[in-house]
Amino acid sequence: MILVTVRFFALARDLAGTESAPFELPNGATASHMMQLLVDRYPPLGRLKGQFRLAVNSSYADASTALRQNDEVAVIPPVSGG
Amino acid sequence: MVEIVEHPIDAALVLSSVSNPAAGGIAMFVGTTRNHSRGREVTALEYEAYLPMAHTLMTEIARDAAARWGLHAISIVHRLGRLGIGEASVVVAVSSSHRKEAFEACRYAIDTLKKTVPIWKKEFFADGAVWVDGEGWESARPDG
Repeated sequence: MILVTVRFFALARDLAGTESAPFELPNGATASHMMQLLVDRYPPLGRLKGQFRLAVNSSYADASTALRQNDEVAVIPPVSGG
Repeated sequence: MVEIVEHPIDAALVLSSVSNPAAGGIAMFVGTTRNHSRGREVTALEYEAYLPMAHTLMTEIARDAAARWGLHAISIVHRLGRLGIGEASVVVAVSSSHRKEAFEACRYAIDTLKKTVPIWKKEFFADGAVWVDGEGWESARPDG
């Protein structure tokens, strides 16, 4: 198993009801697995499904990005800066 | 200069940060907070960012624009925290030898920032607040 820290921002934080949480994942887990686990643990995030992206260690991840021990995963709803 | 600040942005300072004797022009975009959204009156706005990722992506945008349009200089400054109506939330300034490159690079920088940089805006109304959806991810995914 690996342990990662998940951080939630903006609408994702409101829906999850927390700013950050530790997650245990099986070895070889990908960003795609992470997304499913997030929605399982925080069902309201399902409202964002397909609209939030993950960043791993401050870089946008795609579905196949592999997660490693101590990674920081950020849940990033649609951005609206500017 | 690429900065994320929690105080009012001095647009004149951003302008002077890109001035260059070889430049034929400076293009500057100042994004300001609007008093209406989808037919409702907005009373204040609040911005938050994922740091340091937001700063890293802004730096990449500046570097890409400088290389692509051969700029003399580019500065991007974004403000966070609570803003009143009509305040500057973001300033982009670029200097180049000719105006065409300045306008194009400035537009590229603000458009790309709005699509990719992890910064979020919350609009406050008389009776509540909402996170703004922005432009969505469909046109934005750097990974396709």
